[in-house]
Amino acid sequence: MSEELIGAVYIVSAILFVFGLKLLGSPATAVRGNQLSTLGMLVAVVVTLGSTDIIDYRWIAIAAALGAVVGIVAAQRVAMTGMPEMVALFNGSGGLASLLVGWAALGMEGAEGDSQSAFTIITVLLSILIGGVTFSGSLVAWAKLSETMPSGAISFPGQQFVSLILLVATIGCGAAMLAQPDAGTAMLVYAVIALSVLLGVMAVIPIGGADMPVVISLLNSYSGLAACAAGLAINNTILIVAGALVGAAGIILTNIMCKAMNRSLSNVLFSGFTASKSAAKVEGEVKPISPDDAYLILEAASSVVMVPGYGMAVAQAQHVVRELGELLEEHGTEVSYAIHPVAGRMPGHMNVLLAEANVPYDQLIEMDDINRRIENVDVAIVIGANDVVNPAAREDENSPIYGMPIINVDQARTVFVLKRSMASGFSGVDNPLFFKENTRMLFGDAKQSISHMIAEFKG
Amino acid sequence: MEMVFLGFVLMLSIFLGFELISKVPATLHTPLMSGANAISGITVVGAITLAGGELAGWATLLAAMAVFFATVNVVGGYMVTDRMLSMFKKKDKPEARS
Repeated sequence: MSEELIGAVYIVSAILFVFGLKLLGSPATAVRGNQLSTLGMLVAVVVTLGSTDIIDYRWIAIAAALGAVVGIVAAQRVAMTGMPEMVALFNGSGGLASLLVGWAALGMEGAEGDSQSAFTIITVLLSILIGGVTFSGSLVAWAKLSETMPSGAISFPGQQFVSLILLVATIGCGAAMLAQPDAGTAMLVYAVIALSVLLGVMAVIPIGGADMPVVISLLNSYSGLAACAAGLAINNTILIVAGALVGAAGIILTNIMCKAMNRSLSNVLFSGFTASKSAAKVEGEVKPISPDDAYLILEAASSVVMVPGYGMAVAQAQHVVRELGELLEEHGTEVSYAIHPVAGRMPGHMNVLLAEANVPYDQLIEMDDINRRIENVDVAIVIGANDVVNPAAREDENSPIYGMPIINVDQARTVFVLKRSMASGFSGVDNPLFFKENTRMLFGDAKQSISHMIAEFKG
Repeated sequence: MEMVFLGFVLMLSIFLGFELISKVPATLHTPLMSGANAISGITVVGAITLAGGELAGWATLLAAMAVFFATVNVVGGYMVTDRMLSMFKKKDKPEARS
């Protein structure tokens, strides 16, 4: 197939990607959106295979077959609770692919004889750099999410300085390659690859568990930009278009996540969360409640809001939560689920878990909507959430999370907090919510506590 | 001229991406992310071009590895997204209960 024809078909697949992403914007059309985007990918791959430039299919067939098997097995095996880790791994895989494409592109012959043009070298270096950072960054994110390594922020003195040195060294190697494209390139390429991978590690280790939604969406953006850079390096428009779409999408998501924490991106990236210095000490008495008493209050309630957090994922409590919700509805109670944008470890984490448990998506309510009518809610049940419902963010100017938008559960008539113990949340900030007049603490495993209430309802 | 042309493509695509994504409800953030992630596997097209072309042995090998990793990304990403999306149900669909 001629290059013009391939280019024309690439336009078709770009259109499919655009419509696919657009349809992903609404729950009713999202499945079709994903299918359209899959079709776009298929079209692009098939037409590329038909190119006259391709003379040997053996390597492609073997690699693609192996890759497809690995992808299929991984996608089918993963549990919904393991989704953040899986997304991180796929992301890293894409980043590594872009790095390799950039590297292999150095083997292409330049337009004027043997040496590469400066434009090619710069874009090759960019795709190696961004691809390498995406790859190792995603692996670190995966390790943190799966608790293979400690999920908290890891920082040491001079960390930013080391990162800066690494970046400068990378740029230096790049400049050296540009200066003499033919001599000693191989060693410089290895150096750039090693530096990029190190940079990715350095970029993600200082970022702790609760900031993971930001990192995951940022890495997602990088993987797109890496594909984009690879596209510029090998002069392929569909790579540029699709990569830029993903890059832009990731940046928007990252921005949404940052706004939901009232922090700037640079604050998340460079200053590992430091626990409170001078925040007001919280004093008072917590009022524990037994599941039996909690049941009696729930039975009398006419509206209930569930507020899930990462703790629900840890306790695997989404199914019992849904069951309790259904029982309450049969009882005539109005039930909804209020979800904070950064609850969990990736954007929309809670929504996926509740969807898995068959909670209809029209019962999932966003933060702003629930806050508008939280005063009329009889019972708010906080399940494994902490910082996202901490009133200190609203009231205590000295609190490190001051200014972060929260779900104002403390303004509901009664609040149940399901919690293992009195330990503070990820940020290490005390939560005055636990000491409020209308708060009742339901200590113990969330799954067991809820199961207990369900048994009461049934019995 | 080539560079300018590619630059235009890049710029317009980024603006298009911003416009497309800005109004996605929070419910769909995870599927959107993994769906977008699958699209970033478009690198597979570049990898195929290089792996099948007339390159030196080392470059072909690298490109073949790129085909492998990009395929994992594409196939896995799309399947996982589809699995997630198929769970999002509206109310009162009896077949949704398991």
